[in-house]
Amino acid sequence: MVRKYLSKIYMGIIFIFLYAPIVVLAVFSFNESKSRGHWTGFSLRWYIELFHDQDIRMAFYYTITIAIITAIVSTILGTIAAIGINAMKGRQKALILNVNYLPVVNPDIVTGISLMILYISFNMDFGFNTMLISHIVFSIPYVILSILPKLKQLDVHMTEAAMDLGATPMYALRKVIIPEIKPGIVTGFLMAFTLSIDDFIISYFTKGEGVTNLSIIIYSMARRGVRPTINALSTIMLTVVLLLMILINKRANGHDKSKKTNRSEV
Amino acid sequence: MKRKLIAVTFIAILILIAATGCKSEGKQTLSILNYDIYMDKSLLSEFEKANNVTIKYDTYSTPEEMYIKVKSGASKYDLIISGEYMIERLIREKLINKLNFDNIPNYKYIGEDFKNHVYDPDNEYSVPYFWGTLGILYNKKTVDASSDSWAMLWDESHAQKIIMMDSQRDSFAAALKLLGYSINTVDEKELDEAKDLLIQQRPLVMAYITDGAPDIMINEEADMALVWSGEAVSAMAENENLDFVIPKEGSNIWIDAMVVPANSENQEMAERFIDFLCSTEATLRNINEVWYSTVHTEAIKLVDEELLNNPAFNIPKEDIDKMEMLRDPKEFIGLYTERWTELMAQ
Amino acid sequence: MKDRTKYFAYPYVVWIFIFIALPAFLVLLYSVTTKESNGLTTIHFTWENFKNFFQPLYLNILWDSIYLAAISTIICLMLGYPAAYIISKAHISKRNTLLFMCILPMWMNMLLRTYAWMTILGNNGILNNIFAFLGLPKVNMLYTRGATIMGMVYNFIPFMILPIYTALSKMDKAVLEAADDLGANKRTKFIKVILPLSMPGVISGIIMVFMPAVSTFIIPQLLGGNKSMMIGNLVEKLFILNGDWNFGSAISIVMMVIILLSMSIMNKFDVDKEGGARLW
Repeated sequence: MVRKYLSKIYMGIIFIFLYAPIVVLAVFSFNESKSRGHWTGFSLRWYIELFHDQDIRMAFYYTITIAIITAIVSTILGTIAAIGINAMKGRQKALILNVNYLPVVNPDIVTGISLMILYISFNMDFGFNTMLISHIVFSIPYVILSILPKLKQLDVHMTEAAMDLGATPMYALRKVIIPEIKPGIVTGFLMAFTLSIDDFIISYFTKGEGVTNLSIIIYSMARRGVRPTINALSTIMLTVVLLLMILINKRANGHDKSKKTNRSEV
Repeated sequence: MKRKLIAVTFIAILILIAATGCKSEGKQTLSILNYDIYMDKSLLSEFEKANNVTIKYDTYSTPEEMYIKVKSGASKYDLIISGEYMIERLIREKLINKLNFDNIPNYKYIGEDFKNHVYDPDNEYSVPYFWGTLGILYNKKTVDASSDSWAMLWDESHAQKIIMMDSQRDSFAAALKLLGYSINTVDEKELDEAKDLLIQQRPLVMAYITDGAPDIMINEEADMALVWSGEAVSAMAENENLDFVIPKEGSNIWIDAMVVPANSENQEMAERFIDFLCSTEATLRNINEVWYSTVHTEAIKLVDEELLNNPAFNIPKEDIDKMEMLRDPKEFIGLYTERWTELMAQ
Repeated sequence: MKDRTKYFAYPYVVWIFIFIALPAFLVLLYSVTTKESNGLTTIHFTWENFKNFFQPLYLNILWDSIYLAAISTIICLMLGYPAAYIISKAHISKRNTLLFMCILPMWMNMLLRTYAWMTILGNNGILNNIFAFLGLPKVNMLYTRGATIMGMVYNFIPFMILPIYTALSKMDKAVLEAADDLGANKRTKFIKVILPLSMPGVISGIIMVFMPAVSTFIIPQLLGGNKSMMIGNLVEKLFILNGDWNFGSAISIVMMVIILLSMSIMNKFDVDKEGGARLW
């Protein structure tokens, strides 16, 4: 019994540690004054200021656009690549998997500077394109890594059976393989999307021409000091994430209650 | 084989879509690189509308960062606003163009005091934007500024309440001036002395930050900070306990100016924008945004009385006489960088 | 079918070559050439950049980053293991919720999470206001090494909890029962059975926390007030401010080697990995 209470208290402390900063951010986004420690009254002032902030609006636009394109492109490329890699054997496969692993294990800062050097070597103009390509580059490996385990579980005989029954390889791919690995594809898509939205370091080294994302804006604002507009922004972002997560969880639970959700890949 | 071909084309198309996804429709563009919070942004959209251009606006936080951006050619800019010693370097390395002053009639408003300086001796490359100095922003309630000296920043009774800049030339300037040396020294012995002084100061320093000091001072979380004059003006406007001192040993005077990089594809539009920024109205609006001292002879007549009485804005003549302008240290820049890294890695 | 589907990977092989292998090669090239090198026409090879790095000044920075990251990793492990253990023991209906609550902060922008601590730790921040309310003296918390470590622990602790939980929940119940049947008490059972079986999770956790911690440059900047320079700060400075890309590349290579080495050492212990990381 004591043990149970202890573990409850322990988890309580951990959650306070994890959530206190977020709660503080949210509460002070409604504070009337700029003060960071004193509550002076309720107001929506910072939210109004946020919506009038041209920079934040543009950054938001770029963040979302890049995240959507990144998620779509890297999911498609990653799925195709995963199917191909799965069919490979031996050293060839190991080599590709290992190079593919590089952006995952490399510190972000190294990935960032190496891409920056690449773009400069090829005289590319920094801006939307460089940032987008960089996001796709670091997202695809995660997509592949979330699809490969599903492909491994795939019953080879099923595809063969389909083709024996007269299905073309393309048809088999569409009707047999893709539906089977769909959970992996969805996980990969979501991961690419969130990785892109959340990225700071790689974007920081590949930005240019007035294209920034929310992380970069938050960084430059935070360096200047505490701004309640960031609090407002983070409250909104957190609410959206929370709603999305609940939605996804509901969907996952409703879909297959028996199967374990793919947490291990996260 | 066919499948391979399909896959490759498919990907090629995807990349093409991604690459062309967001090109603007044939409008002229003007790329600007400026310090962070150094312009009234509404001026940009105004100019965009009036001239049918799209402005791409990038920011940086120290002149060194700007130089790398321009030098590496990562982005092509049409207009850059930066400090005099970096402009000197850009001129020397032929990275910026001479301006066509026919396109900048408002150049006539620029005060004579800000022309013919050593970084651009014949006024061919640059148009001054703002000017200012380096000093100490302090809280009157806790700090006694009667010494009027850089030594204030080494006062042990304010340990962990002093903010220094994360900018090598500026932090070195404070130490060098306290020692009575030139802020452009390349004498290793003098620089070592300055470095030792800064190392000695380290335990007293709360943080090394650029841009963040005014906010911390307004909140009275620190006692004093090494700041640029405009930062002091903006902080003093929000907290009346704050004051600004330009130490008696002298300080740095700087001029930020507008220049057009050599690889600009739209120099004429850039010059038009420079002219636009030199108009009295735009200058006044910028003053109210950035709070630095103006180079504009007409705008200065129209600013508020209160601002004119602020020594951080209307910097007294006797202080200016003791100030020194930063120069491009050329190949000696390493002397500063090395020592700065050494200091930061203590 | 299987043989032909292999071609599906070819476009990605090209992609990998251009965007992963080539950049890595360029960093390597920069690290062994001088600043005066100009394109491929006039390349001057040198070991100077690496030699330069092995000076006490830079080794101190490296050592300090490893030290700070290691401390944060240890704290994450000490806080995270019990949490993962408790979650894995929780009733099945609560387990998912608890896990979800541990992951949720991870979905919030990392800069925002770091920024949140700036508002809490400041001299006039929330904590100091609470102290003042309780009649306690003010404490300097923001812009200290403690703040840097705390920022890292806060940002990366979910990466510790998650893999440990996965390892614990995958554990074969029969083994645990066998331990009970053989008369092991709770302590022995934990030390002899549960802990060793959860090691793969612990190791993944250590890697996943240590890696981002050792290379971070945002946290020491925003929470540490730039007072403890970490290796990430140095690389950022060399690329963004000093423009010394050759030296910066050399340090990046050192960082890569350290991380790949520690990964391969860790992998020796990790029986759970499949295919992927074997070459390293």
